[in-house]
Amino acid sequence: MTITRRQVFALGAGVAAVALTGLPRVTFAEEDKVQAAIDAFSGGATPETANVSLTAPEIAENGNTVPISFAVDSPMSDDDHITEVTLLAAGNPSPDVATFHFTPMSGAAEATTRMRLAKTQDVIALAKTSTGKVYMDRKTVKVTIGGCGG
Amino acid sequence: MRNLPGIFVAGAAATAILATSGVLADQSNLPSIDGVELKTRAEAPKDHPLPEIISGFEFRTKETQALELDDFTNPGFLLVESGEETWSTAEGSAGKSCESCHGDAAESMKGVRAAMPKWNEAAGRPFTLENQINECRTEQMGADAWKWESDDMLAMTAYVGLQSRGMPVDVDIEAGDMMSWWEKGKDFYYTRFGQLDLACANCHEANYGNYIRADRLSQGQSNGFPTYRLKWQKMGSLHRRFKGCMDNIRAEAFKRGSDEFVALETYLAWRGEGLSVETPAVRN
Amino acid sequence: MAKSKPRVKVPKTASKDEVITIKTLISHKMESGQRKDKDGNVIPRQIINKFTCDFNGKTVFSCDLEPAISANPYLEFSAKVPESGTFKFTWLDDDGSEYSTESKIAVE
Repeated sequence: MTITRRQVFALGAGVAAVALTGLPRVTFAEEDKVQAAIDAFSGGATPETANVSLTAPEIAENGNTVPISFAVDSPMSDDDHITEVTLLAAGNPSPDVATFHFTPMSGAAEATTRMRLAKTQDVIALAKTSTGKVYMDRKTVKVTIGGCGG
Repeated sequence: MRNLPGIFVAGAAATAILATSGVLADQSNLPSIDGVELKTRAEAPKDHPLPEIISGFEFRTKETQALELDDFTNPGFLLVESGEETWSTAEGSAGKSCESCHGDAAESMKGVRAAMPKWNEAAGRPFTLENQINECRTEQMGADAWKWESDDMLAMTAYVGLQSRGMPVDVDIEAGDMMSWWEKGKDFYYTRFGQLDLACANCHEANYGNYIRADRLSQGQSNGFPTYRLKWQKMGSLHRRFKGCMDNIRAEAFKRGSDEFVALETYLAWRGEGLSVETPAVRN
Repeated sequence: MAKSKPRVKVPKTASKDEVITIKTLISHKMESGQRKDKDGNVIPRQIINKFTCDFNGKTVFSCDLEPAISANPYLEFSAKVPESGTFKFTWLDDDGSEYSTESKIAVE
């Protein structure tokens, strides 16, 4: 296909718009609240950034409904399985999103849901094993504040 | 929206403009739901105001598209299921349900949504699906009319609309006096309204694909309504969307079901001819 | 919607010890307690706060939900199927209501 003059112009403007949206997004107070939630979950231990993979859109079309998934590497055996996964949203009025409770009969420590994000922010997944280890993953989701959502 | 219309000049389009255009070259890549293909791009006939007719589906992210392409993840189906129940529930003084006259919706309602709005000779005006359903209720069933934006109405328009999913929008603007409604709708489409002094065409004809602040403008096609919007977190009618647009441009919105909106719906259906019905679509 | 209605998708059959995917959706407005009405009064919180999946009477998976979960909560998760039986899904509402549904699965 041929690229029209309008599209070339539009592309240039698109780059400018992306540059404009790359602003800092988490305040110190929010970071404190999230750290408190992480500490409460891990019992004070520093979670290892491993084994959890969080899937979220880079840019959410609407903050009211953001699809989010996670999967944790685990044998899910009686002796060694994931017991709990919690999702936190650093920039929401309250960081708690949901806590998932797994058993060896869950087969796999993974889940998908849809969440609300008040603005662009980090989403955090924390996982706890039956052996007492805590793992973490963190993803930034840009939430576009609509011009004209209707 | 607090910005001035000046934003259109700086209106930014994403790289996605090129990415989605790629679909054109490869028509075998049509999105499909349970084997039913959706024509999300249609060739525009000669003298059509658009160079190509594109469904709102194409302007959404892959995450939003994925919600629509699986009937289980599509939250619109919560209402579709309730519409299916209502279909066979008798109501009103005549003791009839929709099913009493129309039988199996999968048979009798096939193609109905695709041809709406449709000229109604007795009423002397075009009927939207909502108009037709309420006429059945008051005239045939002896039941009360439903409110335009009620869950009952949305459930029924979604359930009836679903029976046309995948079929091309095809309205008969030659019937009766449809042309005068089409003309009225066209006038509406190109008339500037509100404090922001914008017409439908300023956004949806001249700037689709571009960004208005963070929102990507579509062609404003009506083929997916009623639609589940992530912003609403529920299903809504086409006229609710019209009202939302008018509120945004700071105009005094017309009422759902008003002659103005029925005329606009008639004209918009014509603008989207050839696109598949996607009811219940999922949009941002 | 006045009454919450659940939808679930569970395979009808599985092989022994297969890990299957279960999808659930329930109609609910998930009122966050952070919105205000037209007169400026806070709309009280009313959400689904707990979801449980039992298999043959034993809890396999559960989830505590907060107001940050979107309206019409969607949950997709896994379960291991050791034998034929019945999945029971339960959603608890802040107002004390309980919604539930069941699905049978056969191990072949």
